[in-house]
Amino acid sequence: MDFAELISSSFEALFLNKVRTALAGLGIVIGIGAVIALVSLGQASQQSVQNQIQGLGANLVTISPGSTQGAGGVQGGFGSATTLTYDDAMSIQAANYPSISSVSPEVSRRSQVTAGKNNTNTQIYGVTPAYTAVHNITMNSGTFITNADVTGNREVAVIGPTVASDLFGDGVDPTGQTIRINKIPFTIIGVTVSKGGSGFGNQDDMVFIPLTTAQKTVFGMTNISDISLSASSANDITQAENDAGYLLLQRHKISDPAQADFSMFSQSDIISTISSVTGTFTSLLAGIAAISLLVGGIGIMNIMLVTVIERTREIGLRKALGAKDSTVVQQFLIEAIILTVGGGIVGMVLGIALSFVIATFINLPFTISVYAIGLAIGVSSGIGIIFGWYPAKKAADLSPIEALRYE
Amino acid sequence: MIDVSHLSKIYKMDAVETVALDNVSFFIKKGEFVAIMGPSGSGKSTLMHIIGALDTPTSGTYILDGQDVSKLSKDQLAEIRNKKIGFVFQAFNLLPRTSALKNVALPMVYAGISKDERMKRAEELLKEVGLGDRLNHTSSQLSGGQMQRVAIARALSMNPAIILADEPTGNISTVQAEEIMKIFQSLQKQGHTIVLITHEPSIAAFSQRTIHIKDGKIDKVEHNGYKKGGGH
Ligand SMILES: Nc1ncnc2c1ncn2[C@@H]1O[C@H](COP(=O)(O)OP(=O)(O)OP(=O)(O)O)[C@@H](O)[C@H]1O
Ligand SMILES: [Mg+2]
Repeated sequence: MDFAELISSSFEALFLNKVRTALAGLGIVIGIGAVIALVSLGQASQQSVQNQIQGLGANLVTISPGSTQGAGGVQGGFGSATTLTYDDAMSIQAANYPSISSVSPEVSRRSQVTAGKNNTNTQIYGVTPAYTAVHNITMNSGTFITNADVTGNREVAVIGPTVASDLFGDGVDPTGQTIRINKIPFTIIGVTVSKGGSGFGNQDDMVFIPLTTAQKTVFGMTNISDISLSASSANDITQAENDAGYLLLQRHKISDPAQADFSMFSQSDIISTISSVTGTFTSLLAGIAAISLLVGGIGIMNIMLVTVIERTREIGLRKALGAKDSTVVQQFLIEAIILTVGGGIVGMVLGIALSFVIATFINLPFTISVYAIGLAIGVSSGIGIIFGWYPAKKAADLSPIEALRYE
Repeated sequence: MIDVSHLSKIYKMDAVETVALDNVSFFIKKGEFVAIMGPSGSGKSTLMHIIGALDTPTSGTYILDGQDVSKLSKDQLAEIRNKKIGFVFQAFNLLPRTSALKNVALPMVYAGISKDERMKRAEELLKEVGLGDRLNHTSSQLSGGQMQRVAIARALSMNPAIILADEPTGNISTVQAEEIMKIFQSLQKQGHTIVLITHEPSIAAFSQRTIHIKDGKIDKVEHNGYKKGGGH
């Protein structure tokens, strides 16, 4: 009996036992499909969260005024402390630390912005040109705030795409138009590129004006809201925090770091916190996936074992008619392989399609976990092949009569 | 051709021993037509299975064509079952959900005969046993007698030198039984060796010799004197 004949016999047997084939195949399809879909979605959400955080700025360290450790005394509300100044920022800049690549002093307040009859409530940022480097801002049209705008105390504004569409409608380039912040007219000099994101901290719903204009003309304040630093690399983040932190302690004449009148947090802190949360989430999904794989596997196993009696008799008959043990075992093995590979491919396509549909539906990046595919196919084909092959091997070891009389 | 001596088969189940065959010896010549008769449970099927290389005796020797069967490898036994012996089972043992045609063709699959040739020969054989209009019926769509005839056609498919039939006429009418026996007779004329088990003396009468078995032992051997025109 040659190989082609063996394959065609196997297909024939699978076709003749439609119910068994369908049930075992279903177990494989569901097991593999579920694992691929769930793990891919878990990874997609993890990646989506990481992308959003990274969008805040590369290697970002934020210095906020006021202490976060309640080291005694009454703490002011977050953002109400006034301990950071523009000079603090400039001294960090002037120190030229190798660990720090950019320093961005910032002032921010929420305020009403109007343009003609339209108005919106948005976050106003007083910034220097360094803001773009620290926060990964790119321009869709026009230019960002320049040094000349800052030193000249100019009334110019760069707006985010959400603000642009709220005030001027979609598809209109508002460059050159005028908006009013606290009734003071500003000329729009540019619109930033959308970063996606939504809700609190939406980076598209912002208006940038020169730092000096924000302090003197709009908000009437001398301090700044925070200093954002960009560390030279991810490995420099801790060093950057130390460098900037000790300089500020010195400038503020504080000897005990525990008494610092400012606080720092870095993007890596957020990433690691959120990653651990999304990691837990992915593990949870993987757990559910593992259960579906197990259920699918038990399904395959059951259907293979339930048909063992009939199949043992079939093996006895085939041997009685002259099939060699090896031929019979090979045929059953090939059947199991066809079943699991076929079911595996269908399950894989189903799982990928499912993760694509769900990812599109809930607006996640579409990722495919090769690891999940490998694991799912490995486990279910392993089960399918072992439980297809092992009873066949056992039946082939019996004499034809024993196998024919098996019950 | 078939030479068994001191053959015994003992089934052990827990502490209970069943002696199915007890020291049986006989010789069947090439081209001979032998019937085996005996009461139910006397060990006829057990004996046939051993002769058919489907089962092994507990003790004794079985020489087939000068070869000691107990010394053959599993693959050699498979080859013998495929090419040398055609077996008609008492319980038919057809593949379920499979057409009569494919059932008859199955031994030829293992002999490596091409699909076209297999199907052609299977069709011829089924016509010969009177099932030319039932080629694509599966076993559940056939009557007992029809299944039996499919089983006979299958036993003939490899044109084996020895045909072993375990009650091949048990489920069919007397008229059909006569037809089947004529097929066996013509096979014998072509030089095939035939051993068949039966309960009916009228069927045994087609053979040259009847071996009577009782309680696993040979009770008596009867020469039929070519009553129905068997032999050469
Ligand atoms: N696998 C087995 N285990 C235990 N005992 C068995 C086994 N197979 C057969 N026997 C016993 O061996 C004896 C002979 O059985 P066998 O099938 O050879 O009878 P038989 O002569 O063919 O009967 P029948 O005419 O009813 O077909 C019986 O008593 C039966 O119970
Ligand atoms: Mg019997």
